[in-house]
Amino acid sequence: MVMIEALLAVTLAAAGVVFLAPNRYAAKLATALSLIPLVGSLYMWSEFTASGNALLEEGAVAFESVFTWLQLGQYELQWYVGLDGVSLPLLVLTTVLTTLALISSWTPIDERQSQFYGLMLLMEVALLGVFTALDFFLWFVFWEGVLIPMYFLIGIWGGPRRKYAAVKFLVYTNVASLVMFIGLFALIFGLGDSLSTLALPDIAQAVRGGGLGGFAFFDAAALKTFAFVLMFAGFAVKVPVVPFHTWLPDAHVEAPTPVSVILAGVLLKMGTYALLRFNFTMLADVARSNANIIAAFGVLSVIYGAMLALSQRDLKRIVAYSSISSMGYVILGLVAFTPHSFGGATFQMISHGLISGLMFMAVGVIYNATHTRMVGDMSGMADRMPWTVGIFLAAAFGYMGLPLMSGFAAEVLVFIGSFQSTVIAGAPVYTMVAMFGIVVVAGYLLWAMQRTLFGAYSLETDYDVTPAPFHEVAPLVVLLLLVILLGVAPDIAYGMIQDATEPLLGGGVA
Amino acid sequence: MTSHAALPSWAALAPMAMFVVTALVLFLYDAISPDSENSELLAGISVAGALVSLGLTGWYLVAGTGQPRRNGAISLFGDSLVVDGMSLFFTALIASVVILVVLASYDYLKDEPHQAEYYSLVLLAATGMAMMSTANSLATAFISLELASLPSYALVAFLKHNKGSVEAGLKYFLIGALSSAVFAYGISLVYAASGALQLDAVATALESPEAAGVLGLGVIMVVGGFAFKTASVPFHFWAPEAYEGAPSPISGFLSSASKAAGFVLAFRVFTVAFGGDAVLESVDWVVAFQVLAVVTMTVGNFAAVKQEKVKRMLAYSSIGHAGYVLIALAALTDSANSAFVLGSGMAHLLVYGFMNTGAFMFIALTEYWGIGRRFEDFNGLATKAPFACAAMSIFLFSLAGLPLGGGFFSKFYLLMASINGGVALLAVALVVNSALSLYYYSRVVKAMWIEDPADGDFEIESYPVGLYAAIAIAAVVTVLLVPGFGPVAETAQMAAEMLV
Repeated sequence: MVMIEALLAVTLAAAGVVFLAPNRYAAKLATALSLIPLVGSLYMWSEFTASGNALLEEGAVAFESVFTWLQLGQYELQWYVGLDGVSLPLLVLTTVLTTLALISSWTPIDERQSQFYGLMLLMEVALLGVFTALDFFLWFVFWEGVLIPMYFLIGIWGGPRRKYAAVKFLVYTNVASLVMFIGLFALIFGLGDSLSTLALPDIAQAVRGGGLGGFAFFDAAALKTFAFVLMFAGFAVKVPVVPFHTWLPDAHVEAPTPVSVILAGVLLKMGTYALLRFNFTMLADVARSNANIIAAFGVLSVIYGAMLALSQRDLKRIVAYSSISSMGYVILGLVAFTPHSFGGATFQMISHGLISGLMFMAVGVIYNATHTRMVGDMSGMADRMPWTVGIFLAAAFGYMGLPLMSGFAAEVLVFIGSFQSTVIAGAPVYTMVAMFGIVVVAGYLLWAMQRTLFGAYSLETDYDVTPAPFHEVAPLVVLLLLVILLGVAPDIAYGMIQDATEPLLGGGVA
Repeated sequence: MTSHAALPSWAALAPMAMFVVTALVLFLYDAISPDSENSELLAGISVAGALVSLGLTGWYLVAGTGQPRRNGAISLFGDSLVVDGMSLFFTALIASVVILVVLASYDYLKDEPHQAEYYSLVLLAATGMAMMSTANSLATAFISLELASLPSYALVAFLKHNKGSVEAGLKYFLIGALSSAVFAYGISLVYAASGALQLDAVATALESPEAAGVLGLGVIMVVGGFAFKTASVPFHFWAPEAYEGAPSPISGFLSSASKAAGFVLAFRVFTVAFGGDAVLESVDWVVAFQVLAVVTMTVGNFAAVKQEKVKRMLAYSSIGHAGYVLIALAALTDSANSAFVLGSGMAHLLVYGFMNTGAFMFIALTEYWGIGRRFEDFNGLATKAPFACAAMSIFLFSLAGLPLGGGFFSKFYLLMASINGGVALLAVALVVNSALSLYYYSRVVKAMWIEDPADGDFEIESYPVGLYAAIAIAAVVTVLLVPGFGPVAETAQMAAEMLV
């Protein structure tokens, strides 16, 4: 199958075309071209029949494509791409959010458009690559490749402190990548001669099969812990897990709205996706024996992120910090090692991708009209922008976990799963503390909305607020419908996710 | 059997001879019409000569000349020169850099006098460098080193009316003369201990060394000689001044081709002549190179962080990269993977030859436009010259080791090499320094793309063809080395296998 190659190549070509297009056509052209990968990924979803985890089972990889790239000492590096039930929903999330983010860029991006849209598509290529690559080296190329367009997107089109935020983002996440890289390579060297490729399934099966020897001054057990800690730290920056989160508020606040959408919607999922693929698949036993510590990190992120959100005035900052809180649930779900917690955590990645994207877009639409995002600077927006405010309200309720929306399904699954966990000692306590996070979320969102959306109309800036144009509201509607769709019928995605995460619960090689 | 099987063995030197012939043609032309200002013709002749040389080397590499799958290494002049995979690999690298340098110089030297001399000096230096890659005796090593160095001194000081250029030339010359003396003295001590100059003979004689102390001192002094040519600690002081003062195409030439030539000579001398166990017992040069590698990459990178001028930053980063390549000698601890270790260093030099030369060509372009040298002077440049700035961003990210260019792979191979060699410290230093380097490389990218243009807006009046061609070629090759790194690394390792 060459589906994935075609998807990547078309998107890359689209980026090239957009770079060369004149500024005034770039927006529409990029949006139109982004429909090709979108339709392609939906087609792949409809054709998807595989079940099982790509890393652990033979034949579980859909759209598989392998050929040798180059020989590195004893290792054969491959071009190896494929999908399973975890990566396919994330792939579709990427294409959907990219197209919608491109539409939401039409209003705010008013200079150097062809570069902006070209970079957005380039980032889509890298993101699609991250979720499809199954060879470590290839995966790492895409993983690092995401940084470069993101750096420019924040740095050129961002807010007043964009330069600081861009450099902080680049250096911070690049150092994290290197830390993670060392961790994984410690594992690879520990496997020694038994490994002849760097394909993720080979590594995962060799490690789980007990093929790990000592390396340098580590014995096998210490090497596992060492690798786990380095990889966890590296990915935790991306997620981000408290206390590795400090780059995120800066990057989010300074990034233009569409970039925030991708950043919160997809980039953060790279971190949890990688945690799932590496730490919780390859080194599941280390995760199990240290479950309490990891769960504590997760719960800390939930509570601390929510607390930080509580004290913000900037609507974007509120959403940014609450993302940290939401990603904490993913960590908790992953480390609980029960069927529903794994499934719920993965489902939460998709759900949060959609909801946070929606929230950022709604904030963006309000900002386009008012030119402020400060809670105290405006009130009574509901009178002037009824559609936008209505959707914003719905999205906020989605964030709080209103039933029949995807956030509810995801969080309930995580809580049920983690409550039953036998791996975390005192799992119910962790779960209940984490559930308290929802109360805080409800608190700050309701309070912020009360002050900005309702009451008498007033605005500190000198802009005339009128209802948002159709092309700004349309992406919001689409996202909201998707959130409701996944809330009503979670099985659309949950079935394949369960198929792919179930094998992770076993001890050895499935 | 292809037809060139019938060629005499000295034909293997044809790529190198091409450089000399081209230099002589240029002299001849200058003698006939000394006042000619036909710079198109001069640059054209130089590029043609370098292209023929590159073509011949490529042909030899593909056909297997001097390699095991034909008749093995070709020895010439009583074994004092040798053509093998290693020499061909580096000759190809040097010829490629010469092409880029000449293309860039065509615009850069637009109104300068003495262009014929300039181009012929470049080609003579290239001859010396190509000869360094074939030198198989300490005598030819020294001669070729001088042949490469003497034209370089003149080239650095070529802008006679520019104080910086002249000062840089003088400084380069003085340190060069000093290190040549150290190198020659080292050779004489090695000769005293071994009674031979030809590398294999030195190796045979040193199987049972008699004067271990003299030998040790000699080897250390030879290391010093190489440190100068490769801009490594402790003879690196000339590099920032020379690179900054020299005409930018020459800075690129010196920091890429000249460095590569220094390394190929070091590879050959240390693996062939000093590779025996007995030598390592009396003087453990592997450990010496480990220290030098770590210190060189750290000094280069930390100094680069503090620079305010882009060209000077690139000069220090060039020192840092010399440190990375030194891993190829510093990780030679286990003969089982020596070919891999050495090959990784060679591959990095090749990638570096394009990305670093490209970066200096971009500096040449900015000097051509009269843009200042500081980071701030580059502010907003991308709005005026997006293609050149995109190429420069590729060079810089590749230098930093992001997977936008071949630099990612070659650094990764070096990382593997240091771990396979069991020298974890090298691996750590490589990773830390690479992470650090992203900071200062990204400052240039930030200035070009993100900062707003400074006041006193300048207008770009022309887009020089030669400079743009050089930058475009370098950028395309740098990117193509991502998918195409496999063959390069294989060729390098096959070449390295012949030595170790």
